[in-house]
Amino acid sequence: MSEQTVMLQNEEELLLSRFPEVVKKDERKGYEGYVVEAKALRDFATTLRDELGYDYLSSVTGVDYLPEGKMEVVYHAYKTTGGPALVFKVQVPREKPVVPSLVPVYPGADFQEREAWDLLGIKFEGHPNLKRILLWEGFHGHPLRKDWREPYFEEEHKPYKSRFPEGKFFRAEDRNPFAKNVDYPAGFDPDKWIPDNSNALIYEGLGRVEKADDDLPTEQIVVNLGPQHPSTHGVFRMVVTLDGETIVDLEPVMGYLHRNHEKIGERNTWLMNMPFTDRLDYLAPMSNNFGYALAVEKLLGVKPPERAEYIRVIMAELTRIQNHIFAIGMFLNDMGAYFTPSLYAIEERELILDVFEAVAGSRMMVNYFRFGGVARDIPEDVMKKIHELAFERLPRRIDELDRFLTGSEIVRVRSEGTGVLTAEQAIAYSAAGPVLRASGVPYDVRRADPYSIYDRFDFDVAVRYHGDVYDRYLIRMDEVRQSIRIIQQALQQIPEGPIMAGKPQYQHRVPAGEAYGRVEGPKGELGFYVVSNGKGNPWRYHVRAPSFINLTALAEMTKGQKVGDVVIILGSIDIVLGETDR
Amino acid sequence: MDGSGILKGLGVTFKRLIETYVDDFKRGKQRYYTEEGIEYRRSAEVKGIFTVQYPEEKLPVPEEFRFVPFLVGEEQEDGTLDPRCTACGICTKVCPAQCIWIVRAKDPKSGRPRPKPAEFYIDIDLCMNCGLCAEYCPFDSIKMDHDYELATYDRFADDVLDLQKLLKPVSYYAEIRPRNYEREEEARRKAEEAKRKAAEARAKARAAREAKKKQAKKE
Repeated sequence: MSEQTVMLQNEEELLLSRFPEVVKKDERKGYEGYVVEAKALRDFATTLRDELGYDYLSSVTGVDYLPEGKMEVVYHAYKTTGGPALVFKVQVPREKPVVPSLVPVYPGADFQEREAWDLLGIKFEGHPNLKRILLWEGFHGHPLRKDWREPYFEEEHKPYKSRFPEGKFFRAEDRNPFAKNVDYPAGFDPDKWIPDNSNALIYEGLGRVEKADDDLPTEQIVVNLGPQHPSTHGVFRMVVTLDGETIVDLEPVMGYLHRNHEKIGERNTWLMNMPFTDRLDYLAPMSNNFGYALAVEKLLGVKPPERAEYIRVIMAELTRIQNHIFAIGMFLNDMGAYFTPSLYAIEERELILDVFEAVAGSRMMVNYFRFGGVARDIPEDVMKKIHELAFERLPRRIDELDRFLTGSEIVRVRSEGTGVLTAEQAIAYSAAGPVLRASGVPYDVRRADPYSIYDRFDFDVAVRYHGDVYDRYLIRMDEVRQSIRIIQQALQQIPEGPIMAGKPQYQHRVPAGEAYGRVEGPKGELGFYVVSNGKGNPWRYHVRAPSFINLTALAEMTKGQKVGDVVIILGSIDIVLGETDR
Repeated sequence: MDGSGILKGLGVTFKRLIETYVDDFKRGKQRYYTEEGIEYRRSAEVKGIFTVQYPEEKLPVPEEFRFVPFLVGEEQEDGTLDPRCTACGICTKVCPAQCIWIVRAKDPKSGRPRPKPAEFYIDIDLCMNCGLCAEYCPFDSIKMDHDYELATYDRFADDVLDLQKLLKPVSYYAEIRPRNYEREEEARRKAEEAKRKAAEARAKARAAREAKKKQAKKE
């Protein structure tokens, strides 16, 4: 028996003996982890964190088990020293879904619990600020509940019957005329609606909060940065409370790009979701494909052939490179350098996107991975191009970017010591990816819990220790270099052979059960939690979006900083709104 | 020294600036508005300016590039196109956006379904260009196009493509995707060859059986 299995067994014994009756193993077929009674949840989590070292709560989400009349909240906790997840669940009746909040134990659960409340209507008792996060107050119902239907509802699952064999074409607008495709809660009139007090400041824009100081009477002022603000690279709002120029508090407001990706995903068949994942973090489509493919492959129990694994790694690392250099370019843009650095970055990115286009057919919406392999092989001439990039062009150009920016006094004065996030805070707030590693926590899923074939490559987990904006810039440079190393090794080792396990299929028989597939995306840990009930569509499809969860720590980073620095602090987190709002 | 970092950075931009002019001078006219020029500017060894002046210059698209589907039609002698499509409906079932509508043709006499599409619609406003329909079509009948200039004046009239607008000849497909076309033709030839051989073998076996029977009768 390996050391790890012994450890896991000890953990299990400790947990079951410490919490008799209230903690049980999840015995359902295809499921893992523990089922915890709601009343014991907080004690259980505290034990996990303080005694067993599961200090990182990665994912919180809910599942609506309509036939059983239950709501389930699923938690995935990890150790920042590495290792597999500890999964625990709380089951509550559907009519009265109340679960104690875990924010006091893991502050990183904040936004995720709000999301579960918003989309599933699960109440988290003791949450400091439980209100809708992705939808607005005038939204009727909780859309991820299985009995909720949109006003333009057509059918429960795709494919829709009206398409074939009697496919009479209709236009969606004709069936759902404008203004009739919205549903408000009973008695709600959007024209007369006045936000209640807690939201008043957020919705009214510039507001005032009284504050009397003994020596010098000052007033705090609320400023809305966004939703239309160039720094957000999308539609995103930061409500900042200022004392003079200093930030007292900040609240991110998001959801402007919300399209309920997860509900769409549950209407889709398993394969149909693949192109939709491209549209999450559209700067890193290959990573999104990767995460989703891993999750479903876990359920299906298929393993891609060797060559496909290598192709996947090459593509995922190319994605990381293009994402990071783009992030660096746009970060300099936020800093006021205008477009020169970002165009230098875009030049390299274009070359990588050319590769994607030639292999997958599209520069950004790649739709390249399939369950058990990839869609098509890399042609000979494109392989040559990747060689050129990995061995010659990219290392040279990264060095140039380094000479250009890293030493620049302007960059350093602006970013050093700005937006500091300590290691403890980063872990507590469930920050992931470059944000976590720039704070001195060398946690990288590729190393901590290797997936695919990452255990075969020689690379370093980049880590920086100051946790400021400058380190978050440096860490991206480091990671690009490591990614180039991985690609070089992969190119040398890649074998010939098939790229798909089994025959290509468009309808998959996915055995019932749950699976959580996670990859180290460019923005951080990207996870897909899927539940199958054995039918052609996922019962639950949840995305652990790193852009979204990294924002939990934004308020902490900006407190005490000057308002002018908010823009670069946000830029250093590197969010993509397509993923944040889903 | 203070300011050395900025100077170094300025050195990088200055080098780029000089390179642009030097490269223009070195390559002269053939750098712009020529095919080699475009190819050079998107290659890994490009120095200096790398942008392309669309629409005067256009980047060539790779073979796998995909944009809204079209239907492959076999060219008939009278100049019409006969769709390869057999109205099996797999594309409608696999389409994530559900933007394909097919009406299966019916035999006018018996009313039984015929393996041909009577009507075929794709709403390209809904299409997300994922290419799944082309990938899973068992008859190589629906393929992704290379034409990306689709701006129209009226989306209601022009963006819902019907059978007539969707049909394009096989030769067009062979032109935009030569490698894919070759591969499919090869596979088809092989399949036909195998079929023919199997039929031959069957015929032979039957002949042998019958010969045996005859002999048995004689005896």
